[in-house]
Amino acid sequence: MAEKVLMKGNEAIAEAALRAGCLHYFGYPITPQTELTAYMAKRLPKTEGGVFLQAESEIAAINMVYGVASTGKRVMTSSSSPGVSLKQEGISYIAGADLPAVIVNVQRGGPGLGGIQPSQSDYFQATKGGGHGDYHLIVLTPSSVQEMADLTSLAFDLADKYRCPAMLLADGTMGQMMEPVALPEPHKSVIDKPWAVTGTQMKREHNIINSLYLSPEVLEKTNFQRFERYAEIEKNEVRFESYLMDDAEYCIVAFGIAARVAKNAITAMRKEGLKVGLIRPITVWPFPKKAIREAADKVKGFVCVELSMGQMIEDVRLAEECLRPVMLCNRAGGMIPGVDQIVSMTRSLVSSVEGGAR
Amino acid sequence: MAIVFQKPKSLTSKELHYCPGCPHGIIHRLVAQAIDSLGIEGKTIGVAPVGCAVMAYDYFSCDMVEAAHGRAPAVATGLKRSLPENVIFTYQGDGDLASIGMAETVHAATRNENITIIFVNNAIYGMTGGQMAPTSLPGQVTQTSPYGRDVKLQGYPIRVCEMLSALDAPYYIERVAVNNVKNVNQAKKAIEKAFRNQIEGKGFSLIEVVSACPTNWGMTPQRALQWVEEKMIPYYPLGVYKDRGAEEVKA
Repeated sequence: MAEKVLMKGNEAIAEAALRAGCLHYFGYPITPQTELTAYMAKRLPKTEGGVFLQAESEIAAINMVYGVASTGKRVMTSSSSPGVSLKQEGISYIAGADLPAVIVNVQRGGPGLGGIQPSQSDYFQATKGGGHGDYHLIVLTPSSVQEMADLTSLAFDLADKYRCPAMLLADGTMGQMMEPVALPEPHKSVIDKPWAVTGTQMKREHNIINSLYLSPEVLEKTNFQRFERYAEIEKNEVRFESYLMDDAEYCIVAFGIAARVAKNAITAMRKEGLKVGLIRPITVWPFPKKAIREAADKVKGFVCVELSMGQMIEDVRLAEECLRPVMLCNRAGGMIPGVDQIVSMTRSLVSSVEGGAR
Repeated sequence: MAIVFQKPKSLTSKELHYCPGCPHGIIHRLVAQAIDSLGIEGKTIGVAPVGCAVMAYDYFSCDMVEAAHGRAPAVATGLKRSLPENVIFTYQGDGDLASIGMAETVHAATRNENITIIFVNNAIYGMTGGQMAPTSLPGQVTQTSPYGRDVKLQGYPIRVCEMLSALDAPYYIERVAVNNVKNVNQAKKAIEKAFRNQIEGKGFSLIEVVSACPTNWGMTPQRALQWVEEKMIPYYPLGVYKDRGAEEVKA
C-alpha cells in the first residue's frame, strides 16, 4: 500500500489523472473546482509531453479535449455545474464520434448561476445523456478523497476500454475536503487505438473522426452499435457499496457526500435497534439496478438521500419496480441533509409502513 | 500524350456534392495542391466545419476530424498540442468562423496557435439554404434578411482579416479570391505560404478566400463571379493584412 498523503479532493483528481498518463488538460476557472485547474497549470508544463491550456471558454475547452481525444491520447477537462452545461455540446460530439475522454463535474447548486455550495443536482444531466442525441456517459461518484483519486484512474481505463466519455460526478464538498489518500500507481493506456488520427504516414487509408451520418439507416446502425457497447458496460461495470444490508429492514440509497452522512445516521439508528442499511451507487450510470431490486425483496422501504430536489429517486423507483415505498430525504441549493433529518425521515417511513408500531 | 493537369493526390476520388458553379471545388484543389507540393499529406490532419464544407472529410485523403459548428480552431488546438510535429488545418465558412465560432477564432489567433485556417467567405449560409451571414453585405437580400440587410437592425458585416490583424499575435493573415485566374494563382500562393509557415513553426496563418454562392445568391455562376468583383472585393479588399515575417525583416 502506498504511503498516504493529505490532499484536497480536487488536487487528488488532478494527481490521479497525471498518474493515469493524462498529459493533456484544458480548463476554465470556476468555483468549486479551480484547485484542479491550478494543480494542472503547475504540474503539466513541468511534465514531459505535458500540455496545460486555459481555454477561452468551457466550450473551447471541451473541443480541445475532442481534438486530443481524436489523436488517441488521454485527456481531461473539469468544471462545475454551469460550466458543465456549456460543455454538453462537445460531450455529445465526443460520444457520437466514439472518443474516450474524462470530464469532471464538481457540482454546485443550481439552476442558473445558482451558488457555489455543494450539490448533486446535475444527476439527470450526467446520467441521462446531458447533450442532444442518444448516448450515455459512464458516471462515477466518489464519496471520499481516496475515491476521487481511484475513480479518476478508473474513469480513464473505462473510457479507453469502451471508447466513450466518462464523467467523475463529484460535489463541492468532495472537491474542497482534505483527507489522507494513497495515490494510485502510475499506469498508462494499454489499449490499441487504430482509429486515431495521427497522420496516415502514407501507410494506411485516412482515418475520419466524425459524428455525421446523413443516411438515417447508417445513423441508426451507429446508435444500435453504441448501445450494444452500453449493454456491455451495464453488464460489466456496475459498482456499488453495500453497507450493513445483510439484516437491514430499511435501505437508504445515497451517493457521494450524502452517503457519508447516511452512514452516520445508520450508526445512530442501529444503536436504537432500527435495522437500516445503505446501498451506495459508485456508478450512477450504469445504475446498480439489480442490487436495488434484490434489496426490494428484503427490505420494507427505501429512503433516497440526495442534495437535489430528488433525481436519483427516479432510478431507484424504476429499479425496485414499485415494490416498496421510496421516500425522499433531501436538501437543495447547496445545503446538505444532516443526520437528524435522515433519522427522522427514516422513522417517518417506518411509521407509515408499520403503522406506528415502533 | 503528356499529362498537363490532374487531380491533386491529396484529394480522394469521392464525387464532390457542391452545387454547379460553386468555388469550393477550386479552393479544395488549392489546399490539396499545397499539401502535395509540400509533401505533407502523410502528416496532415484536417478539420472540417459545419456548413457546406461539412463533408470535406471525405474529400481530403489525409486524416480528418469533423468539428462542431464554429469549434474547428479549438479542435485544431487540441490536435496541434497533442501532435506538434503534424500539420493541422481547418477549413471553415463565414457562419462557422465569424459568427458561432468567433471566440474560438480570435483566441486561436491571439495564442498564435501554430495552425492553418482556410476561411471561405461567400457572404451567406449555404448549407441551410441562404440565410444572412456575419459577412453578408449591407442591403444583401437573403432568406433571413428578405428586405436586404439593414445595418441599423442587423449590424454591419465583419471584416475578419482587418479585425484579427489588430491583434499582436497572429503570424500571417491574407485575403484572396478565386473569381478569376489571376486571383486563383495568388490564392494558391497564399495557401501554400500558410502551410509553409506552420511547418516552419511560425504560428497562426489565416487565409480568407472571397468566394461565391451562385445558388443562394440566385445568380448564374458567371454573374456570381462578376458580383464578387463588383460588390464583394470592394467591401473585402484583397491583400496581406498581417505578415510578422515581413515586419521582422523590415525591423
